[in-house]
Amino acid sequence: MTALSDALDKARAEGRAALIGYLPVGFPSVDTSIDAMRALVDGGVDVVEVGVPYSDPVMDGPTIQAAAEPAVRAGVCIADALRAVRAVAQAGAAAVIMSYWNPIDRYGVERFAADLREAAGSGAITPDLIPDEAGAWLAAADAQALDRIFLVAPSSSDARIAAAAAASRGFVYAASTMGVTGARTSLGGAAEALVNRVRAVAPDAPVCVGLGVSNGEQAADVGAFADGVIVGSALVRCLLDSPDAAGVAAVRHLSAELSAGVRRS
Amino acid sequence: MTPDSAMPDATGHFGQFGGRFVPEALIAAIDELTAAFHATQRDPEFRAELQRLLRDYTGRPSPLTDVPKFGEHAGGARVLLKREDLNHTGSHKINNVLGQALLTQRIGKKRVIAETGAGQHGVATATAAALMGLECMVYMGEEDTRRQALNVVRMQLLGATVVPVRTGSRTLKDAINEAMRDWVTNVETTNYVFGTVAGPHPFPLMVREYQRVIGDEAREQVLERVGRLPDAVAACVGGGSNAIGIFTAFVADPGVRLVGFEAGGEGLDSGRHAATITGGAPGVLHGARSYLLQDEHGQTIESHSISAGLDYPGVGPEHSYLHDLGRAEYRAITDAQAMEAFLLLCRTEGIIPAIESAHALAGALDLGRELGPDGLILVNLSGRGDKDVETASTYFGLAQP
Ligand SMILES: Cc1ncc(COP(=O)(O)O)c(C=O)c1O
Repeated sequence: MTALSDALDKARAEGRAALIGYLPVGFPSVDTSIDAMRALVDGGVDVVEVGVPYSDPVMDGPTIQAAAEPAVRAGVCIADALRAVRAVAQAGAAAVIMSYWNPIDRYGVERFAADLREAAGSGAITPDLIPDEAGAWLAAADAQALDRIFLVAPSSSDARIAAAAAASRGFVYAASTMGVTGARTSLGGAAEALVNRVRAVAPDAPVCVGLGVSNGEQAADVGAFADGVIVGSALVRCLLDSPDAAGVAAVRHLSAELSAGVRRS
Repeated sequence: MTPDSAMPDATGHFGQFGGRFVPEALIAAIDELTAAFHATQRDPEFRAELQRLLRDYTGRPSPLTDVPKFGEHAGGARVLLKREDLNHTGSHKINNVLGQALLTQRIGKKRVIAETGAGQHGVATATAAALMGLECMVYMGEEDTRRQALNVVRMQLLGATVVPVRTGSRTLKDAINEAMRDWVTNVETTNYVFGTVAGPHPFPLMVREYQRVIGDEAREQVLERVGRLPDAVAACVGGGSNAIGIFTAFVADPGVRLVGFEAGGEGLDSGRHAATITGGAPGVLHGARSYLLQDEHGQTIESHSISAGLDYPGVGPEHSYLHDLGRAEYRAITDAQAMEAFLLLCRTEGIIPAIESAHALAGALDLGRELGPDGLILVNLSGRGDKDVETASTYFGLAQP
């Protein structure tokens, strides 16, 4: 069992959804981003997704791109992400890495898995790696007892949902709206429908919902039907608006609001 | 070694290269596209309609031109140009676009998006969209909208919306990122008409099959005119579609050297180039495993080339496969070499080539000197240089009579 599975179990035992917060490492600096991740934990997230900034983030909207670009230019890399993972684990939350595939491929898949485990990380989310192409990663993650989280989308067939759920450990990531990352004012019914489709083919897999959640009310709404609520762009926005201690405080504040949200659903 | 003609396999792999490294949200759309592509390849009606367009609209077959005065500078070798520059819209890009636009109609989508570098693929897509009544949006790096301004206007005249992309290097790579984001968001209504043999499966296969008409025609034309196969086939390589298009017919002819010329920019040592195979390493970019220009952390390195159409840090997976197999060779041609060959063709033969194609011409000069006067070289003249007049004017300091 990884810390991630423990965190999801604990939330379930408390009768609520888990809260999962995403921040890219290295924006505005590696140190400040790690401070912000600690603030996420202080505010009440159960799991931190440590993002690895990448030069060609095709799944990301303008908010996350704006944070990732300067980090890439500053040379932020997987070693920095591993440092952040360790800090999150020490702060008492579960940590997973979120990375496009090429940085991991270049680092070396087996070395990545070994170093992630060594840093007390629980696993990784790979937004542009589908299970069909994931043979090396599945083997490396198995060898290190790490979770691997694959995505499903509203457009996924039932067969693909079943395959993604079978390949996933930890949880299945339901990308609830078609599109790139970014806060949305209205989430619509697609998320719940997708969660139900995953549950129909994989009743035991925890399903966490991401793409668009930005406030406590939405967190409560999503938490009512999902096992976990994933928040990204809205947190990144705090640091873009104020890339300093005030931004870190804003992250803590939003994290607390979201945390209260998942506790009232 | 002769490559396996069954490549790619059913999952889009050319050996270790290719595949599908894309968000799950796109898989349904590319599965649909793959199925529709295979169905239409077997559908005589579809094939006939595409044939008709290639003949009556594009002007195929494109001619084969002997260029003896140019050949004098190539060690006296006989040089034959496959004239894709004479196609409607001015390059080989239209061959692929007509296929994909017909396919778009087949799957019932009404909106197409495309990326473009030099603007030739964008112009071709805008053209096909106008012809077939599709809504068209073209993503183009801001840097490229500047250096290929003429093509921006052509696309607008044809009714397309051109979106300047201001992220990253503001060139083709970033235009592809932005087009992929559009596709993920609008996939239900929108088809992505991809311009080269890169990207996730089925694009490398599909674009190859739509472009192979270049080599299929040229092989017959060379045999008819000269009575033998060429010693070498030369093409420029950006993403690699015109090169695959002319190589494919010759891949099973072991005596024919296949040589791809990448953009060497200011020289491989300068770090400012787009020579992906010559100067890169295998990795994953834009949906496929292939060679790419990347740093030690797996971040894509921005490419540089005087030619917008070659200014791309990736390359199609089949080229990586042919390279590792040793079936094709890849060499780098600098900006300066390309511009010299550009001017040479203008002055010796009265043909203004695209700067992309000038890389293949420069390569042919070297190949000719290696082969000598008995040599026979087939060059893919992938496009014409109208779009490049401003770049050439600045480069040569012209326009002040
Ligand atoms: C005339 C011409 N040749 C070549 C290329 C490079 O593309 P590819 O390598 O896919 O043929 C372009 C791209 O814009 C082009 O316009």
